[in-house]
Amino acid sequence: MRELAYYEAKLEALSEIMADERVHLMGGSFLSLSPRRTLFQKIVQRYPERVVSPPISELGFCGLAIGAAMAGLRPVVDLSTGSFIYEAWPQVVNEAANAFYMSGGQTRAPVVFHILHGIRGQGAAQHSHSPQAMLWNCPGLEIVLPSSPKDVKGLLKSAVESPNPTIFVDHVQLFEIRGPVPEGDLVIPFGQAEVKRQGKDVTVIATSLEVQRSLNVADQLAREGIQVEVVDPRTVAPLDFATLLASVEKTGRVVIVDQCHKSCGIAAELAARIAEEGFDKLKAPIRRVTAPDVPIPFSPPLEEFVTPTEPRIIEAIRSVLR
Amino acid sequence: MDLCRRMLLIRHFEESLIGLHDQGRFEGHYHVYIGQEATAVPALSCLGQKDFLFTTHRNHGHLLARGADPGKLFAEILGRKDGYNHGKGGTFHVAAAELGFLHTSGIVAGIIPLAVGAAYAAKARKSDQITVCLIGDGALEEGAAPESFNIASLWKLPVLFLCENNGKYGAGRAAGAAQSATMAVYPLTDLPVAYKIPARQIDGTDAGAVHAAFSEAVAKIRQGEGAQFIETQTVRWPGSETNWPAVPAPTDVSLAWDVSAVPERAREWYRSSDPVLIFIRELVEKGAATKTEIAEIDKSARQAIEQAARFALASPFPGLDEALKDVFAPR
Repeated sequence: MRELAYYEAKLEALSEIMADERVHLMGGSFLSLSPRRTLFQKIVQRYPERVVSPPISELGFCGLAIGAAMAGLRPVVDLSTGSFIYEAWPQVVNEAANAFYMSGGQTRAPVVFHILHGIRGQGAAQHSHSPQAMLWNCPGLEIVLPSSPKDVKGLLKSAVESPNPTIFVDHVQLFEIRGPVPEGDLVIPFGQAEVKRQGKDVTVIATSLEVQRSLNVADQLAREGIQVEVVDPRTVAPLDFATLLASVEKTGRVVIVDQCHKSCGIAAELAARIAEEGFDKLKAPIRRVTAPDVPIPFSPPLEEFVTPTEPRIIEAIRSVLR
Repeated sequence: MDLCRRMLLIRHFEESLIGLHDQGRFEGHYHVYIGQEATAVPALSCLGQKDFLFTTHRNHGHLLARGADPGKLFAEILGRKDGYNHGKGGTFHVAAAELGFLHTSGIVAGIIPLAVGAAYAAKARKSDQITVCLIGDGALEEGAAPESFNIASLWKLPVLFLCENNGKYGAGRAAGAAQSATMAVYPLTDLPVAYKIPARQIDGTDAGAVHAAFSEAVAKIRQGEGAQFIETQTVRWPGSETNWPAVPAPTDVSLAWDVSAVPERAREWYRSSDPVLIFIRELVEKGAATKTEIAEIDKSARQAIEQAARFALASPFPGLDEALKDVFAPR
C-alpha cells in the first residue's frame, strides 16, 4: 500500500470532497499556519467560488454555515485554533446541535467545523484548548478525532456525507506523520473504533495525537515483554463502546489518554462508562493521563509538565500492571 | 379580505392561547403577536412559495400569516403529539419546513447568522429564493447582528431583515433620544446603514405601507441588489404590560367603531393603535367591505380558532420514546 504524510492525505480528502457542488470551504487554515499551508492554495485556485474567506466573525460565519447547511449546502468551516470555536459557541451548541431535535426531525444541519485542538507548543492558555469534551456534552453534535493519515482522509470524507453537524477535531502535531493510505475512494464510517495495535497485558484507549504517543510507548514496552493494546475510538459521538469494552475484557487493565483537562474530559467519561459496564472485568483501577485542571502554561518546561507525554503514559501503564 | 381574515385569525389565536395558559393547559413563558398583525400579514404575502423564513420566540403570528395550521400550532405550544414538532419545540421553536420556516430560535439574535446562511446557499445555487429574517428590536443588541450585517453586505446576499420594533413610545424613547435604556443606536436603522445595508423605517400598523415597502424590497433583492432592512414600528399592546400577557378586552370587530367595552386604561390603544381595527375601519371607509361582511369574516376566523383549539386539546401527549428520538438525523 502507498504511504502518505498526514497532511497529504488530508489535502487529498479536501480536494476530493470538492467534487460535490454542495461543498463550500469557509476559512483557509485547514493545514494550519504550518509550512504546508501553501498547498491549500491549489484548492482555492481550482474552486475560487466555493472557497471563501470570511471576516474575523466566528459567530457570524459559523452561523452562516449552519444556515447554509439547513438550506441544502454542505459547508466545511475552518476555525483554525480550537479555542476559536468558543467565539461561535451560541451558534454551534445552541442552534446547530438542537435544530434537528427541536424541529421534530424536520431540519438537518449538515455542517462540518474543523478545529485544531490541543497543546501545540507555546500556544499558552488561549491557543491550546481541547474543546471536544465540552462539545460532547451537547447532544446533536458528531465528534471526530483522526489520528493517522488513513483516518484523516476516510473520516473527513465521511464527515462531509454526515447529515448532522460534525466537529472535526485535528491536531497540528500529527501533520508530518507518515502511514499507509489505500488508493482511491476511502470512507471510514463514524462509530467504528480501531484497535491500532494488539496486545494482551493492558489496554490504552487514546485519541488524536495521543494515539501516536501511545503507539510509540507500546513499541518501547514491547522490548520489555509488555504487550500493550492501543484502541482508538476515532469518533466519540457516535461512540463504539463495544470495541473499547471488548479490549478491557481481554486485558483487564486500562489507561485512558487524551489532552482534555482531567475533570469531565473525554477520559473521564470513558472511565465512568468502563466502571459502570465493565467493573467485573477490571483487575486494577482505571488510570487517566490527561492535562491537569490548570490552564496550559507558556513556558516550555511547564507546558511539557502538563502534557500527556510518553513518560507519563509509561508511568500509568506500569502502575496498572503492578 | 384575505389579509383581514388572517389578521383576525392571529388575533383570536393569541387571545385564545392566553386563555389556555390561564387555564393551566401549558406552562412557561410565552410571547404573543397582538398589535403586530398588520406587519406580518401584508409583509409575508409578498413572498414566494420557495422562500426561506427564520423567526424567533414571537413566531405565532409569522406562521399563521404564512398559512400555518392553527390546530398544529396550538398542539405544538401545548406540547402535544400532533404539533408541528411533535411537541419538542414548543412556543419558542415552532419550525415548519413546508412553509419555509427552517429553524426558530428562542435566542433573540440566534437566527440572524442562520438567515444570512440560507441566503448564501440560495445565491450559491443561483436560485432566486430570498430569505426573510424576522427579528425584534432587542436582537440588535447581540453581537450576532452586526457580524451578520457585515457579511450580508460584503457578499451581497439575498436576505431581507424585518425588525419589528414593538416598543414605540417605550420608556427610553420618552426619556430621551435613545430607543431604550439598552441600545445606544437610534434610530435603529443606523446600525444596518453603517454596514451599507439600505434600511427604512415604516409604520407597522399601516398594512398598505408595509405591503408597499416589502414589495419594493423583495423586488430589489430578487434583482440582485443584496440585503435590505426594514424596521416596522408598532405601539406596545397594553395586554403585555404585565409579566404575563392579559387580555384587556376580547377583540370584537365592533371595537373598530366603539371602544367603550374596553377598560379605560387600555382604551386609547384600541382606539388609535390597534392594527387590526385600523385595517377594518379602512376597508369599510373605502367601501371594500361592509360591516356585515367583516362580522362574517370575524365569525369564521373565531370558529376556525375554536376548532383548532379543540383539535389540539384532543391530541395526546407524545409517547415517552419521543424524548430520545431525532437527536441525530439518520444517514
